[in-house]
Amino acid sequence: MPYIDLPAHLPGITGLLEYSQHTAGPIRELTQILLRGDSTLTQGERELIATVVSYNNECVFCTTAHTAAADLLLGESETCEMVKQDIDSAPVSDKMKSLLKIAKLVQISGKAVTPEAITNAKENGASDEEIHDTVLIAGLFCLYNRYVDGLDSVTPANPEFYQYLGERIVNHGYNRLPQGYDHLKK
Amino acid sequence: MAHIQLPNEELPGIVGLFNFKPETAKPLCALADVLLRGPSSLTSGERELIASYVSNLNNCHFCHTSHGAAAMAHLSCDVNLLDDIKQDFVTIPVSEKLRALLDIAAKVQKGGKHVLEEDITAAREAGAVDQEIHDTVLIAAAFCMFNRYVDGLGTWAPKENEAYREMGERMAFVGYNRY
Repeated sequence: MPYIDLPAHLPGITGLLEYSQHTAGPIRELTQILLRGDSTLTQGERELIATVVSYNNECVFCTTAHTAAADLLLGESETCEMVKQDIDSAPVSDKMKSLLKIAKLVQISGKAVTPEAITNAKENGASDEEIHDTVLIAGLFCLYNRYVDGLDSVTPANPEFYQYLGERIVNHGYNRLPQGYDHLKK
Repeated sequence: MAHIQLPNEELPGIVGLFNFKPETAKPLCALADVLLRGPSSLTSGERELIASYVSNLNNCHFCHTSHGAAAMAHLSCDVNLLDDIKQDFVTIPVSEKLRALLDIAAKVQKGGKHVLEEDITAAREAGAVDQEIHDTVLIAAAFCMFNRYVDGLGTWAPKENEAYREMGERMAFVGYNRY
């Protein structure tokens, strides 16, 4: 049971964003820009950053949803799993490895990001904007993970839910659905 | 020197980052404005105290001091009283309800799962309603983002409280949509 009275047909983050639409607007807009806007990082790479931060924050809802989105965008499920377990072993570029490591440091704290981690990313070809976006995506998921778990929103147990949600994220992005969410009422 | 090349290295904290990427600055400013100055039954002074309190727990000097200065501006207190936030409110009067909400915010700073049913019950017994509990959790979570953004990119921050006096007044009374 969530700590506050949230719409029962919308588990996880969606119920919170519908509960408080005036604060949801800028959060959705920021997410859409960072994860779906123009970038030299692919959408799949950006979903990996979201996933690794959510995983380290132990937020099951966000981890499972963004894993589903990353898997759909990458066309396989092995990479995301390996990124969560051991970045160095994952089949991603050296640049992505160093960006994912920065994201993991941001998850701990802003102050945990070392000059060495930044130098490493730059040596592997990361641009300033890619480093900027990585830090901000990681920061944003520290917001989401705390929002979702801090109010004890519902985390569905059935894998079909996350498959559906992953598809919605991939196909519609992070903006509010134009028709709202009443069609999800059972 | 920040970790990335900012167009204007003289701009402190998050302001230099807003200048680096105006596209993301817009929703970030809009979020700060709606959370801290938008409709809520918590006063802006109370909400700025929560923001400053969480930022101190995250060891983010820029956000702690600037939002502390904004809180002082709302509360008509001198900027130097913001040091009381670090002392966990010896001098600044804090209602039972705000105390319970600050305790929730401190749990959110550690991680969402640290917030327990008993923390929510304590806040309700002190008179907090759903919306206030929601706003507290979201403000605390948002500052876990802002603080990481500011420090994760190695921005600089003025040291003394005095340097934040005008900034705090502007944040309090002009708002965040024109940084």
